[in-house]
Amino acid sequence: MAVRVQTDDFDVGAESRALQADTVGGIALFVGTVRGLSSDNGVTAMTLEHYPSMTEAELERIEAEARARWPLEDVTIIHRVGRLLAGDQIVLVATASAHRQAAFDAAQFIMDFLKPDAPFWKAEERDGKTSWVDARDSDSAARDKWTK
Amino acid sequence: MSQSSLTQSHITLRYFAWMREHVGTDCEDILLPDDTRTIADLLPHLRARSAGHALALSNMRAVRVAVNRTYGDLDTPVSAGDEVAFFPPVTGG
Repeated sequence: MAVRVQTDDFDVGAESRALQADTVGGIALFVGTVRGLSSDNGVTAMTLEHYPSMTEAELERIEAEARARWPLEDVTIIHRVGRLLAGDQIVLVATASAHRQAAFDAAQFIMDFLKPDAPFWKAEERDGKTSWVDARDSDSAARDKWTK
Repeated sequence: MSQSSLTQSHITLRYFAWMREHVGTDCEDILLPDDTRTIADLLPHLRARSAGHALALSNMRAVRVAVNRTYGDLDTPVSAGDEVAFFPPVTGG
């Protein structure tokens, strides 16, 4: 079990290798990144704030729920905070299992719960102005589909 | 303020993102009002603290609440020593 909230970047290859084990047949990796200027939103940077201790508790709760649903050998969740530039990595979810379907499904489940439940907030910088990002109803809908 | 300076009758309030900016602080300790049993009971006291508090807490549909770092709602009980956090819907990932 590994949940980390950090300002530093992470090495996807190293995190993947760390999950390799004799019992593991597949590792699913999701990496979230900051969409940049050339996308439709024109964001140059963003600053991520969080609620220390509640953030880790929520991520651990989500990991525990994923482990209760799928036979996972290991899970890594890393979320960065602080100021990030366009193109930077924000979040890593890595799930290791004996077979691919559990790894794929659990990684999606963890992201679908992380988005509407983990206490992080993004402030985007656009044309020199900073504004808080509004939550999307679609993020709650992505979570809620798992409970239907 | 450190935990040791809190008396048993206080609660700690925490604010995040645009709520923190409206209120003007990320953390404050207050005396738990005598009539307060739930988050809903607490709200009028908080809104009376400043115009910024009133603005931040004006639309509770746009606010999430956590008590002792677990999600709650308007009916969640509040007691002395609790940490009560108010924040906008989250936007991580």
